[in-house]
Amino acid sequence: MTLAAANGGEPLIRWDWIGDHTGQLADLTAHHLKLALLPILFGLIVAIPLGLLCARWRWLYPPTLGVANVLYGLPSLALFMLCIPYFGIGSGGRADFTIIVPLTLFSLSVLVPNVVDGLRSVPDPVRQAATAMGFGTLRRLIQVELPIAVPVVIAGARVAAVSSISLVSVGTLIGNGGLGQLFVDGYSRDFTTPIIVSCVLIIVLALVSDGVLVAAQRLLTPWARRGTR
Amino acid sequence: MNLADQIRAAWTWLTASAHWSGGEGIPHRLLEHLGYSALALVIAALIALPLGALVGHTGRGGFAVVTVANFARAIPTLGLLLLVVTVTSIGLTPVIIPLIALATPPILVNTYEGVRGVDPDIKDAARGMGMTGTGILLKAEVPVAMPLILLGLRTAAIQVVATATIAAYAGIGGLGRYIVDGLARKDYPSVVGGSVLVVLLAVIVQLAFVGIRRAVVSRGLRN
Amino acid sequence: MIQFDGVTKRYADGTVAVDDLTLQIPTGQITVLVGPSGCGKTTTLRMINRLIEPTSGTITIDGEDVRAQDPARLRRGIGYVIQHAGLFPHRTIVDNIATVPYLLGWDKKKARTTALELMERVGLDTKMAKRYPYQLSGGQQQRVGVARALAADPPVMLMDEPFSAVDPIVRKSLQEEFIRLQSELRKTIAFVTHDIDEAIKLGHTVAVFKVGGVLAQHSTPDELLAEPADDFVREFLGGEKGLKRLRFNRDLDRQDEPGAERQDKPDVEAAER
Ligand SMILES: Nc1ncnc2c1ncn2[C@@H]1O[C@H](COP(=O)(O)OP(=O)(O)OP(=O)(O)O)[C@@H](O)[C@H]1O
Ligand SMILES: [Mg+2]
Repeated sequence: MTLAAANGGEPLIRWDWIGDHTGQLADLTAHHLKLALLPILFGLIVAIPLGLLCARWRWLYPPTLGVANVLYGLPSLALFMLCIPYFGIGSGGRADFTIIVPLTLFSLSVLVPNVVDGLRSVPDPVRQAATAMGFGTLRRLIQVELPIAVPVVIAGARVAAVSSISLVSVGTLIGNGGLGQLFVDGYSRDFTTPIIVSCVLIIVLALVSDGVLVAAQRLLTPWARRGTR
Repeated sequence: MNLADQIRAAWTWLTASAHWSGGEGIPHRLLEHLGYSALALVIAALIALPLGALVGHTGRGGFAVVTVANFARAIPTLGLLLLVVTVTSIGLTPVIIPLIALATPPILVNTYEGVRGVDPDIKDAARGMGMTGTGILLKAEVPVAMPLILLGLRTAAIQVVATATIAAYAGIGGLGRYIVDGLARKDYPSVVGGSVLVVLLAVIVQLAFVGIRRAVVSRGLRN
Repeated sequence: MIQFDGVTKRYADGTVAVDDLTLQIPTGQITVLVGPSGCGKTTTLRMINRLIEPTSGTITIDGEDVRAQDPARLRRGIGYVIQHAGLFPHRTIVDNIATVPYLLGWDKKKARTTALELMERVGLDTKMAKRYPYQLSGGQQQRVGVARALAADPPVMLMDEPFSAVDPIVRKSLQEEFIRLQSELRKTIAFVTHDIDEAIKLGHTVAVFKVGGVLAQHSTPDELLAEPADDFVREFLGGEKGLKRLRFNRDLDRQDEPGAERQDKPDVEAAER
């Protein structure tokens, strides 16, 4: 490991570098979003039915939660490594799955417990009333419990999305980290500008995605109490 | 290399006696790893627990807390690490700072939500029995919020343990060395073996929290 | 008529919640089930719409064994009102009320029109139709609960402490409107409460239960007050003092109310025809 020299005299950020690299920054940003958000989409597609199954057959939940907890504890870097033999290394095409698959697993580990918690957050009188009015189990799950679970599911999606956007950058260590590519670029040249710029862009992406999800929740759940919660 | 090969290679690597002694050995690396993780976690807890409890208790500044936590969550850990390394030098600081940034949000938010969410009747009753602000916080709100607070600590601990692998990039060891060095040398068994060790550690942390929960959460509050 | 025949419910843990119950709930009348906490009132009620299955015995509605019917179909024909209303938080008031009509596949417009009519019937301003449950007071939510149970015009209604979660003044107005509504609709109603005043006030007949799910007495309020069957019932009515108070209140009730709707109350035969 090379020793980074203290960068005497050099300013923390050189604004002209940004102007010279807008094209590259735009490309990396787009790629970063793809790598980070596809896993959230896939995660939702898998987590919702899985959560419904766990709510329907309660014995399924403890083992599922156990697996989710283990997945949550996996270092993303380790998972990326494990995927290299299957999808290859580098950026773009098939190799993107080396990043997307592990992050999908990560987002599942956040989303599945949230879906189940959301379904369980349905007040008991509501569930009973639904049954008493003649809802079958499946209809009740889909028409009553799932809509009521939406705020909790979106809360999970927010955490998953923000984390995922930050985690993609770890992929730079295997050559596919979206904006994270600039970390190593800057680090190896002892040049802070790209590191700071990409950090800021990543934070902005995360906050914007978060805002979009909050807006989606407002739109989807006009019935939820506003304000504190 | 398929999954079975990966598992076999990792097993061979993990059970090789040469990997279990000396400064490069697993016990030493494990201790380093635990050391950074624990230090970061303790500092994060010292910041987040009192702050979260206070904001939850007074009900003021909640929005700011959630916003700051969200912002902190968005900070890319690796970027922050490499930035701090570039600006200062390799060492403990560049590792600890990003890990603290990582660990603070879940502890802060859960403590805040936990304390704030305590049933107003319970707070009323506590006040009615003559407890004052601090008394209510420590004797009523915190114990009732304990399950959520522990959940926050657990989330933080697991993330820190998993992410402390990046300590290798700041040149101060930890289990991440097996992964990072293995990657550089194209030594897959070392990568997989190191990953397995981190995963095991994360699982142990989970189990530890099950035990802690038993010990600190009142039976009346479990489930 | 709803008929219980030797019905027993023993829960998995061995608790006997209802013990060899034989009881008739006459058509078009309010039958109140009353008793101390844990005496099996809720269990009794929920066996009618098969939310709970009896361990032994049979329950029939108009001669048809409930167990012979598909549970979901059976339930759509029985209104059910519970303590905290159990409104769907994610649906507007009008859609909440129209839940069962939607389930039955009614035309959407017809279902909504019916729902709006019902809102007026239970004393809710139709301006609230587009609101969500959290925007209503507890008493208003309870009215929505009643309207929802009535939406598909089921002949049978099961009500489990529907008015106990609201304050006494709201409760009183809900009770009075309920009496008025019933005098128009003449549903077959099983009404659970642990409030003896409410039981005396609302019931054409009152069934008093003891802990262990044993029916202690089933008679009209007047008979109950005149001749408590045993010491338990007397005790439950509040002893001599309580009886005196209840009789007094009952006389007041009768003076309060315009004759017609109350006079036909004990007329069991007329209602059953
Ligand atoms: N699912 C269950 N499993 C085991 N026991 C039960 C169950 N549900 C009710 N019980 C028991 O059966 C008995 C009757 O319960 P039930 O709910 O019918 O009483 P209740 O008369 O409605 O009481 P309350 O007035 O408190 O609502 C009680 O002893 C109760 O503890
Ligand atoms: Mg009950």
